[in-house]
Amino acid sequence: MTIAIYIAVMAGVTYLIRMIPLTLVRKRIKSRFLNSFLYYIPYTVLSAMTFPAIFFSTGNTVTASIGTAAALILAYAGMPLIVVAIAAAGTAYLAGFIITLI
Amino acid sequence: MKRSHFLKGLLHGIPIFLGYLSVSFGFGILAVKSGLSVTEAAAVSLFNLTSAGQAAGVGIIAANGSLAEMILAQIVINLRYSLMSLSLSQKLDKSFTIPHRLAASYGITDEIFAIASVQPGKITPWYMYGIILISTFGWVLGTALGAAAGTVLPADISDALGIMLYGMFIAIIIPPAKKEHSVLVGVLTAAALSVAMYFLAPFITSGFAVIICAAAAAALCALIFPVKIPEEQDGEQA
Repeated sequence: MTIAIYIAVMAGVTYLIRMIPLTLVRKRIKSRFLNSFLYYIPYTVLSAMTFPAIFFSTGNTVTASIGTAAALILAYAGMPLIVVAIAAAGTAYLAGFIITLI
Repeated sequence: MKRSHFLKGLLHGIPIFLGYLSVSFGFGILAVKSGLSVTEAAAVSLFNLTSAGQAAGVGIIAANGSLAEMILAQIVINLRYSLMSLSLSQKLDKSFTIPHRLAASYGITDEIFAIASVQPGKITPWYMYGIILISTFGWVLGTALGAAAGTVLPADISDALGIMLYGMFIAIIIPPAKKEHSVLVGVLTAAALSVAMYFLAPFITSGFAVIICAAAAAALCALIFPVKIPEEQDGEQA
């Protein structure tokens, strides 16, 4: 089977998953429960995606935990997204560097 | 008007562009190892615009798997986009006609959804196109660079870059969790469920685990802390 067919099938399925709800739901949803559910979904999705995956994201749970702590502190302090993201990577890198020295 | 929304979208997409550039670099390396050419790897990124789904897809291609397996894997891993699309459908401005919805559907990713869904007010097509364009550019460019260059970056640097996107997620969820008690409960519940599932039910694929944990936590919050139904807000904001 050619790789192009695989790519086309993959892309088609992924597109339909995104397109169907966005295109078909044109009415305002009246249900209070459903509205509340949809209000919380962005935050719960991101949280479930981040934990525990973030602890394995650098290939070393110690450096990743230190990077996570840095991200939590800076995010709590209200820093912009890109600052938090770069600081998390920078802290994880420094932690890894220090560990190799010890 | 269109131009200012488009520019705002481009601007809001800069952190995603940077994050994608480093993450897709890793995907590019993976794709070439799995037997794809640089062009094929870039094509996968251009047509799919999703990290976990692409990584699984390339694995299936490398194993010469069946199309049924490919379809099932993509549905399970990417089903969370349906929830995001459904949520976003409630935030679309009146100018979001069917053709615009068909076009913008292409670009519903975790990160783009995260940025767009927390904007105050309604979102317009051109705002979405701005975020999608710059993000896709980063995703495809990073894939091509990763595939072409293989291992240009030293391993310790590329390892550390792996945390960037998650750092961005944290920066998105912490400020509202600090402000609203209900969001904090949702975020903590989702994280706790996700960690528990990872250790107690490792056979559940990560895409599926995210759906279950996020839906359960959001349903719990919806029951305990129902929100007011938003009034018809027609104020046009990006």
